Amino acid sequence: MIAELGLAALWLAAALAGLQLVAGALALSARGASLGGIVRPVAVVQGLLALIAFLSLVYLFAVTDLSVKLVAMNSHSLKPLIFRVAGTWGNHEGSMLLWVTIMGLAGGLVALIERRLPEPTMLATLAGQAFVSLGFYAFLLIASNPFERLWPVPQEGNGLNPLLQDLGLAFHPPTLYLGYVGLSIAFSFAVGALVTREVGPAFAKAMRPWVLGAWIFLTIGITAGSYWAYYELGWGGWWFWDPVENASLMPWLAATALLHSCSVLAARNALRAWTVMLGVVAFSMSMIGTFLVRSGILTSVHAFAVDPERGTFILALLAINIGGALTLFGLRARTVTEGERFAVTSREGALVFNNVMLSAILGIVLFGTLYPLLAESMGAKVSVGPPYFTPMSALFAVPMLVVLAVGPLLRWRRDKFSRIGKMMVIPAMLVVAGVLLTVMLGGVPLMPTIGLALALGLVWASVLPLEGRNLLRTPLPVWGMVTAHLGIAVALLGMSCESAFSVEKLVAIRVGETTEVGPWQIKLDAVEPVAGPNWTALEARLLMRYGDDGRVVELGPQSRSFWAPPQQTSESALLTRWNGQLYTVLGGEADAKDGRSRWQLRLWWKPFVTLIWLGGLMIALGGALALVGRVASDLRRIIARDKIEYRRERQGRAGRYS
Amino acid sequence: MSTDSTPEPMRKAPRWAIWLPLALFFAFVVLVSVQLRNPADTNVASTLIGKPMPAFDLPPALPGRPGLSSAAITDGKPHLVNIFASWCVPCGVEAPQLAALARSGVPIEGISVRDRTEDLQVFLKTNGDPYQSIGADDDGKVQLALGSSGVPETYVIDGKGVIRYQHIGEIREDQVPMILGKLQEAAQ
Amino acid sequence: MRALLAVCLAMLGLWAVAPALAQEEQSTAPYAYRQLDDPAKEQKAEALMETLRCLQCQGQSIADSDAPIAGSMRSLVRERIAAGDDPEAIRAWLVERYGDYVSYAPRVTALTWPLFAVPLALLALAALLLRGRFRRGGQA
Repeated sequence: MIAELGLAALWLAAALAGLQLVAGALALSARGASLGGIVRPVAVVQGLLALIAFLSLVYLFAVTDLSVKLVAMNSHSLKPLIFRVAGTWGNHEGSMLLWVTIMGLAGGLVALIERRLPEPTMLATLAGQAFVSLGFYAFLLIASNPFERLWPVPQEGNGLNPLLQDLGLAFHPPTLYLGYVGLSIAFSFAVGALVTREVGPAFAKAMRPWVLGAWIFLTIGITAGSYWAYYELGWGGWWFWDPVENASLMPWLAATALLHSCSVLAARNALRAWTVMLGVVAFSMSMIGTFLVRSGILTSVHAFAVDPERGTFILALLAINIGGALTLFGLRARTVTEGERFAVTSREGALVFNNVMLSAILGIVLFGTLYPLLAESMGAKVSVGPPYFTPMSALFAVPMLVVLAVGPLLRWRRDKFSRIGKMMVIPAMLVVAGVLLTVMLGGVPLMPTIGLALALGLVWASVLPLEGRNLLRTPLPVWGMVTAHLGIAVALLGMSCESAFSVEKLVAIRVGETTEVGPWQIKLDAVEPVAGPNWTALEARLLMRYGDDGRVVELGPQSRSFWAPPQQTSESALLTRWNGQLYTVLGGEADAKDGRSRWQLRLWWKPFVTLIWLGGLMIALGGALALVGRVASDLRRIIARDKIEYRRERQGRAGRYS
Repeated sequence: MSTDSTPEPMRKAPRWAIWLPLALFFAFVVLVSVQLRNPADTNVASTLIGKPMPAFDLPPALPGRPGLSSAAITDGKPHLVNIFASWCVPCGVEAPQLAALARSGVPIEGISVRDRTEDLQVFLKTNGDPYQSIGADDDGKVQLALGSSGVPETYVIDGKGVIRYQHIGEIREDQVPMILGKLQEAAQ
Repeated sequence: MRALLAVCLAMLGLWAVAPALAQEEQSTAPYAYRQLDDPAKEQKAEALMETLRCLQCQGQSIADSDAPIAGSMRSLVRERIAAGDDPEAIRAWLVERYGDYVSYAPRVTALTWPLFAVPLALLALAALLLRGRFRRGGQA
């Protein structure tokens, strides 16, 4: 019953999206203007209906209704409630439903509150949003109906994979979806602005909170994903330039560029066509990323059993949405001028530089990710990996970070370097000190040296915009910018330290023996069997001491064997100190020639590695501060406007009566 | 004073630049739709086909049986070199086919990769032993030298010691004639 | 089940399945899990290993993989470095056998030159589009 209700709600939502599209489009013409009034309410109801459909599916998963195929395939009544609920979006159909739900709700919210833009632009925006949603509704209803029934009803569900019962796994995908959907709103705004040729500061201001919100979630998603890979994979790596990672990085790069060009457009009415273009590109990257991951076109052997039909459908959606938007851009962009001009040495100049560099990095990541495909179509196999991506992106990231140090200090329109030269003395000295330090330590490769020196300078430079300000009266967006830039510096510091100073130790030792890694002394105290709900494991008891007189701490890395499905995993154990992290992994049993077996241990001491993710979180926090600041000032303006209107109305009434 | 007052024509991006994103996107769609139609072959093939087999000399994997050296199989006749291991499930699957090939007089040499003698003995007892000689490649170096990326793999080596064909994965029943054909080609 | 795992991990936006797929056997190659005694040579070997692709798991470098063949490759790299071989010679030896696929560091060849031309092309494009966009400094 609930399944049918959900399906009906989904069909209705799809129908309303169709209505929203048609009414929005017709209302742009003189004859259909009367239809304009229904677009906003329809958008709201559409979002609510999608929510009802989604909640129905959540309910079906929560009660494990096995007559629904999706539930039977992906859930199990013995799973804890939280994982049954999270299972709703832990599969293709459910995740698509979550996607359209968030998209519908976001569209409804836009319809409800956004009043700054001219009404035709808003109608075109909402029609664009409906168009994108309609594609996803079609995908769901035609190719991947989440509410399909199953007959005969199975005794039990199929989804008790213990490896998937992980909180990180449960909440990571929705985080990325929130990011992608936020960018879809930016996309719709861009389409609306193109249709009505209304590209200006108001457009940028309306779009900015959505880009900011999306960007925050993308940042959190990438940061969390990186940490998850770090502790889960058991080799101490935190970023692999894997196609799937790249797929999540590309929308972030585009969103970062968009965020910065938005502020130029909002403040100075410049970079108009470029900002619109980025709005389209950012969402394109989300969809391209989703396509690359879901179609399994890139992830070779481990992306088994990915449905090529699914890939084709996403590709078709992609081609219609993005191709359509880019065609519209081609037709309209010549009527959108670039807007106000500015000197090279100006805030705008620095932001343009930032945009060019971010776009170049995006281009490299996209091209490098796709290149193996291109080579394959020419009949050759190549691999493009970290040795390509790291230096190539650094080539553009380093100049960008140098400009990041000065950009926020420059004035809009026109400025002179001589004005801010004095402020740059300390950061420059820090950079020199960083280089000297690493050269003195010796053996640090070029890339970490540059990174370390730059990061030290940036830590100082990024807080300079606060200098001379009354900190209590500094607007939140400025705090946000400073925090995010500082986050970049902190993350860069972490990356450079990890790469420059990590110590690795692979040993095979007997129980009772001691080894050293970096400043740590580590004793293998025991190796004991332990059992979990669906696994058995060997756990090493490691006793560790930092330096000569540190406290003894205990860690227990495990080598786990699951039986359903049979799998071996290494559970790393980490010890965090303020100055780094000790990473321990228990490997296999080495040869036991003399009866006393030796155990393989993989140990790493990674100084300041945690700064990578701390920096990532700071970047997200900076975004959040900026978002709160912007939304608060928007709200204040809305309230003020309402008050003025109210007063006018009252005065008008008073006038009539007097 | 201000340049703002001088009416300057607003610059527009050149026409080609405006259509460039669409062109690039179109290229992307064409590329991926082609690749979506023909899923890539995920096997990593050896690039030594048609080249002389690298020289190696492996110790015997089983006591009392001969080991395997590249010199020993360069005897004017084509040989099959089968890379296998007791821990590999598909290796058991292809055992009947190897047995059939051995029955039809094909000399089959084995390279057992990263294996233990006891496990190997059990494996051969269960699945039959079609091998003339088995070399023990304990550290996998000969496997790497041959450009093999997994087990099982089967190489056709001609009489001069040139690698003529590499079969990746298990030999299925219907592939036996094909292997025989490759051997015949190698004999000419 | 595997498909489900893959889909979920894929949605996670991450690559993680490789070490989990059953490998009952441990690599028996001597230097698969053992470092060279000379730290300078170990560092050299480590740097090379990070740029070689595991042939079995395919999405990881041999320095990050538990696959047995990755162990064999690590051992090969370490032994050869210990014997005084040049890292690039070892890479070339592997490329001769497995093609460019085995190396994560693309060489500049007839096939891969676009990878290196694209950054330059992007810069040229940016310069071309931005030319004349700025107000000239002299007018200030």
